[in-house]
Parts: sequence; structure tokens; C-alpha cells
Amino acid sequence: MRSPILELQSISKEFSGVKALSDVSLTVYPGSVHALVGENGAGKSTLMKILTGAYNKTSGQIFFEGKEIEQMDPKLSKKFGIHCIYQELNVMKNMTVAENVFIGAQPVTKLGLIDWKQMNDAAKKIFSSLQLDISPKMLVRELSIAQKQMVEIARAISQQARILIMDEPTSSLSERETEVLLSLVEELKKKGVSILYISHRMDEIFRICDTVTVLRDGTHIKTLPLKEVNNVDSLVELMVNRKVTNYFNKVKVVLGKPILRVENLSKRGVLKDISFEVRRGEILGVAGLVGAGRSEIAKALFGLLKTDSGEIFIDAQKVVIQKPSDAIRLGLGFVTENRKETGLALKQSVRANITMSNLKKYVKYLLVNQTDEKKMAQEYRKKLNIKTATLEQPISSLSGGNQQKAILSRWIIQEPRILILDEPCRGVDVGAKAEIFAQISQLAQQGVAIIMISSEIPEIVGMSDRVIVMREGSIAGLLDKNEITPDNILKLAFGGGVSA
Amino acid sequence: MLKGTSTNLEVTQLKNSNWKQTLFVIFDKGSTTIGLVLLFIILSIVTTDFLTVDNLINVTRQATVLCIMAVAMTFIIITGGIDLSAGSQIAVSGVAVSGLIVAGVPIPLALLLAIMIGGLIGLFIGTVVSTQKIPPFIVTLGMTTILSGLAFVYTQGNPIAVSDAAFRALGRGYLGPIPIPVIIMVIVVVIGHILLTHTRFGRYVYMIGDNEEAARLCGINVNLVKTGVYVLGGAVMAIAGIILASRLSTGSPNSGTGSELDAIAAVVLGGTNLFGGEGKIIGTLMGVAIISILNNGLNLLDVSSYNQLMIKGVVILLAVWLNSIKARKKMSV
Repeated sequence: MRSPILELQSISKEFSGVKALSDVSLTVYPGSVHALVGENGAGKSTLMKILTGAYNKTSGQIFFEGKEIEQMDPKLSKKFGIHCIYQELNVMKNMTVAENVFIGAQPVTKLGLIDWKQMNDAAKKIFSSLQLDISPKMLVRELSIAQKQMVEIARAISQQARILIMDEPTSSLSERETEVLLSLVEELKKKGVSILYISHRMDEIFRICDTVTVLRDGTHIKTLPLKEVNNVDSLVELMVNRKVTNYFNKVKVVLGKPILRVENLSKRGVLKDISFEVRRGEILGVAGLVGAGRSEIAKALFGLLKTDSGEIFIDAQKVVIQKPSDAIRLGLGFVTENRKETGLALKQSVRANITMSNLKKYVKYLLVNQTDEKKMAQEYRKKLNIKTATLEQPISSLSGGNQQKAILSRWIIQEPRILILDEPCRGVDVGAKAEIFAQISQLAQQGVAIIMISSEIPEIVGMSDRVIVMREGSIAGLLDKNEITPDNILKLAFGGGVSA
Repeated sequence: MLKGTSTNLEVTQLKNSNWKQTLFVIFDKGSTTIGLVLLFIILSIVTTDFLTVDNLINVTRQATVLCIMAVAMTFIIITGGIDLSAGSQIAVSGVAVSGLIVAGVPIPLALLLAIMIGGLIGLFIGTVVSTQKIPPFIVTLGMTTILSGLAFVYTQGNPIAVSDAAFRALGRGYLGPIPIPVIIMVIVVVIGHILLTHTRFGRYVYMIGDNEEAARLCGINVNLVKTGVYVLGGAVMAIAGIILASRLSTGSPNSGTGSELDAIAAVVLGGTNLFGGEGKIIGTLMGVAIISILNNGLNLLDVSSYNQLMIKGVVILLAVWLNSIKARKKMSV
């Protein structure tokens, strides 16, 4: 057996007391393709960041070629030849391919000017050694996403990469591009580069990887050769979180008439033939992996994504929703997944954020009646237990959970008939989570139809009356109440069969 | 013993931080006010003519055009925009109103038409900015030369003199002891303040400047509000241009040149965030007061106009620098 190039032993990482990783070990051999799998939030990214030196480990040991490394840092990691290709590509669009490959290390002439000829030749050599056909003189913005990724890989090669971490490299590639990438991985393997391959796509993992490490809730579940894994389902089984948390307090509601019906919603490359309906008082869970098209459904319903075809019906009446104000007029509300970017006006007061979508309610003689407005904000501050010193301080000073409660108040005041919640508890502490779920459950009791998108399987299982599971832009399956189990959700999300 | 020491240390730290906190709050809430008061006191001491009723009325009267422009600019900057063409809008409305009056159009109609022309200019800017997603900086930079050219073409480069007494009263007349332009200014300021803080339109202006996407998701018609701000801005700039033309009894294609920079400076001195989302009319009033009193004081002190330019620039940079320290402090708190 060859000696490992990198060894992690019992690595733990805490963020202000919260364990993101505990006791994770990983051994990487030269020329191996090592898969890292787990649910969203299992700790893959954290582990990767410890390797690249973006985070410091809290405890555990790191060995590089047998020598212990006290603490990894970005410079050291580069020196060892550890490179990471992130999902969001890191290229300079208005520079040439060669410039991107040699960024920060451009060859220079005796006069100190950039030696373009040498740089272009060297870039060409790297691409031809990878059997790729990309001209070094092209501008990067003219390349496809796949080609940009190749440029990043070539950059890593030019810097003598020995370990290449690839984070969901095929998530935005077409099938043909994926083929090229996979054969490139084979090529790199032959050169003796070790690859840490993070992916949700099981078929790829079975094709190119030799070893797999499974993480779950920040702990190391198992590392085993892929030869010993029977099929996709048995791997998913290892990833499933069987922990049952009970802070949902979901109250059973007798479902009413269907309010919203969606038929054959499609958008090329994003959504494929999406059809479903939601009833009064129902919580419809939308599960699936990140990028499977969950948020896109919400966006299409709220007039933020133009679809190519498909119809939306509210109360059996066909409706056209072209912009958010149309959706709001029809009784929809939308709590987005990204509070800071699309939810809050951060410099404005807590009160202004609560009343942001419903100012109309307080207008008398053209003026906003601030007494009424404050009264309403105060009422919801109490009702949802928003912890803030005053309603007049900027909302940026509140914790994530309290910010989220303010956004939820905004929409509850609006009295929507259909409320879409995209990751309602992302970055929210456990206490606030329970309060938010209690509110959601109460809304359902009042007859609001709720569409709840979540990456947290326990949330989906704990709250939903029915669940649709998305995979690669289509509905992989619809689960009724008695079929909603973590196993079923994950199997559908990863592309396996459902066991009743 | 050891425990006692550590407690003492904590107390000192607490005191220390309280002291700093207090100072910070004073600085945060009132740096512009403090500057204004200091300027006022210093000029009262070093000059004999500053603190007289006549001079103070004079300062106020001279501040009207800048103040009216700055109110409009406050709205625009809070949305995250800017209007570099404000100065040439002053010129256009000035020559338009003068030309119309000289051509025999009744004064009320001439005023209305000039204000409408201002509104149309704003409508054009607002529509391009909101629907074509071109940065306001670029759009209004282009407008600056277009409008300036327009004013020159219309007048053939010659100022248009207006002798009508009723028109001249707008800029020079008095109602009792109070100059008429000051009355107009007060009306604009009060309406501006109410619009900004007590109407949905004003509240949307803040939200759009703070987070345009979130505002759109709340059902706010972002393009309409943004366009409205520029239309209103154009109309108000025209009012300022009319007052200036009236004061000079002339509509000149050269008048107003560079005044947009004073207006922007006043708004920023008043604590409005150049990136949008924050600002108050009261703050803008302070900014206008500082610039106007500084101008007046430097004149009284017989500082040459070239030196005045430099001093004004230094004061503006200083104030903006203080504001940016404040912003950074806030980020870290």
C-alpha cells in the first residue's frame, strides 16, 4: 500500500460552542478519487475549509506526507498543492485564458514585462496535456461554464496541485460537459493528483471514485471502498438522518378545498413539467437537494421567474403572475431564503421592516398614520416574541431568528391565502425555530395554504401534510402523509426507489 | 483580592466604554450640528457684520436656490441615485421662463410651463434610469451637456433679460420683513419633509434605496417610485431655476453651472448616505446652512474667491471623512 499524502485524524470544529464537525477522520492517497457525501449541512464544506485553511480546526491532527501540521492556513495549503474548485467559479472574466491560468505568477521578460508568448505557450501545453482544446488567447467571458472550470483546473495544475478538491463540479454542467469533466478527472488521476470529489450525483460517484466517506450531522459515519457498496440506496441509507427532533408541534388540520393548482410549469434547463396543488390549511413540503429547482418553483409563483409554459390556477381560476405585486394581489406571500439580500431593508427600523409590504393599511388622507402603524408592529412584536430593545432601531441589530420573525410578521399582517416559505429557519437558533414553526402551524390552522421549502429533512418530516421531492428540475415524487420518511425523501432526491 | 482587582478592572472598562459610547452618540447624532454651531460662533466673534439681522436674512435669501435644489437631491440620493444635471436644469428652466415671459406669455402660465418642462426632463431621466437600468450617474452626466446645449441653442448664447416687476418679485420681493424666495423655500422644505416621512411614497423611497429587490418583493412598484422621484426632482429644480432667474432678472444659459455639486455636498454634509436608504430633510437643511454660512463668512472675511473654492472643498472632504468614520464605527458596533 502506498503511503497517504494527507491524513486528518479526529478533526473537530466548533463555532461559538456549536459543533459543526466532531471526530472526523479522512485519509487521502495519491492518485485516488475520494468521494465525500452527505446531506446539506452534514459538514462537507466545513471539512473542506479546514483543508484549505479558511477555518482553523478546534481539535484533531492534520498530517501532510506523514508530517504533522499544527494549523493549516491558506498559504500553507497552497504550498502543499491543495487546491479547491468551488461551485462559484473564481475566474476573471475580462482577462484571457492564459492570464487566468497564471494569475499572480505570470512569466516575465528581463525587462519585467509580462512574457505573453511564454505564458500562452505554457497554457497551451497544460491544456494539451489534459487533452483539452481551449485557446489561451480567448477571453474567459466567451467560455462556457464547463470551460471556465477547466481554466481553474489548469490553474491548479500550473501550480503543481497535488490534492484537488472539487465541490459539486457537475452541478451546472450539461451531460456532454459532464463527460468531459469526468474523463479529465481520470486524466488527473493518472498524473498522480488526488481528488476529493464532493457530489450529490450518485451515478458519477460510482463511476469515477474509488473510496467514499459519508458524513452526517458533522460526524464521520463510514469510509469504505466503493467496491464494497452494493447500490445507491445502501449509500443513501448511510447518509439518512434518523434523529427525530420534536419542536414542531404541528397541529393536525382538516384540509379544505384546493386553493392553488399548478399545471405543467416548465422553464428550459430549470423546471420540467411541475404540477401540484395545495389545499386550504395544508402544509406542502418541498424537499430536494440545493439546485434541484425548489426555489425556482417559488420564484415562478411569485412572478420572479418567467416560465416557458404551464398554468397557474387560484380557486380554479386561471391567473397570470408577472411580477410580485400581481402575486400579492392574488393573496400570495413569499418569505425568501436569503434574508439579507432579498428580505430586509437593513438600515431601516424593525417597525418599517414589519410594515414594508402592508403600509397601505395605515394610510388616512394620503398620510401614513404612524400611531396605527406602530400599534400593529407592537402587536406582532408581542405575538411573535420579536426580541428587540425598541421597534425603532435598525433591523440589522437583531439576531437572525428575530429578523426572520419580523419578516414573517410582515406577511402575516398581509393576510395571505397562500404563503411560500423558502428555508424559513435558515440561520435561526433553536428557540426561535420552535416559535416560527408554531406560527406556521397556526397559520395553517387558520386555513392558509403553505408551501414550505427546506433542506432540513427533519423540518419537512415534522411539518408537512404532503411532500413533493424535487430532482434536477422535476418532481421526483409526491409523498402522502404516511409515506413521509427521511429515507423516502432522500431516495427520491438522490434518484432511488421508494419503499412504502 | 484577585477577585476584587478583576471587578475593578471590569468597572473601569465599563466606565471607559460608557464614556466612549456617550461621545460616540453625540458625534453620531450631532456632528453636523456641532460643526454648524462652531462655524456660527467663530464667525460671530471674528467678524462684526456676521451676527446682524440684515446679514442673516441676506444669508437665508442667498441660500434659497441651493436649499430647494438640495431638497430634491435628498430624495434622489436616498433612492441610491444622483442627479449631476441639476445645474443645467436650473439653466434650462431659467431661460425657459424668461423666454416665455419676454414672448408675452402670462406669468402664471410661464411659471407652470417652466415647471412642467422640469418635470418632463425628470420623467426622461427617471424612465431611462428605472427601465433601462443605466446608472443615474451616467444618465445625468449625459443630460448635463444635452440640457446645457439646449439652453445655449435656445438663447443663442445671450442672456434673456426680464424687466417685469411681478416676476422679479419672486426672487427679490418681501412679504413684510420676509423675502418671498424664503417663503417659497420653506414651503418646499415642509412639503418635502412630509412627503418623505409621512407618505407611502416617501417610505418607499427609503426602502428602494436600502434594498431594491426586497422592496420589489413586497409588491412596491419600484420603477414608478424611482421615476416619480426624478419627475418631482425636475419640477423642484425648475422652481429653483425660476427663483434664480427672477433674482438676476435674467435667464442665462450659464447660470446654475456647478450648483449641482453644492447641492450634493449639502445633502452629504447633512448625513444622507450616498449609497441610499438613509437621510433626512432636516440634515440637508444643516448642510445647506453650513455651505451658505461658510460662503457668507468667507466673503465677510475678504477671502479671495479662489481661496474660497479650496476652503469649501476641504470642509466638504472633512465632513464626508467624518461621516465615513461614523459608518465604519456603526458596522463594528
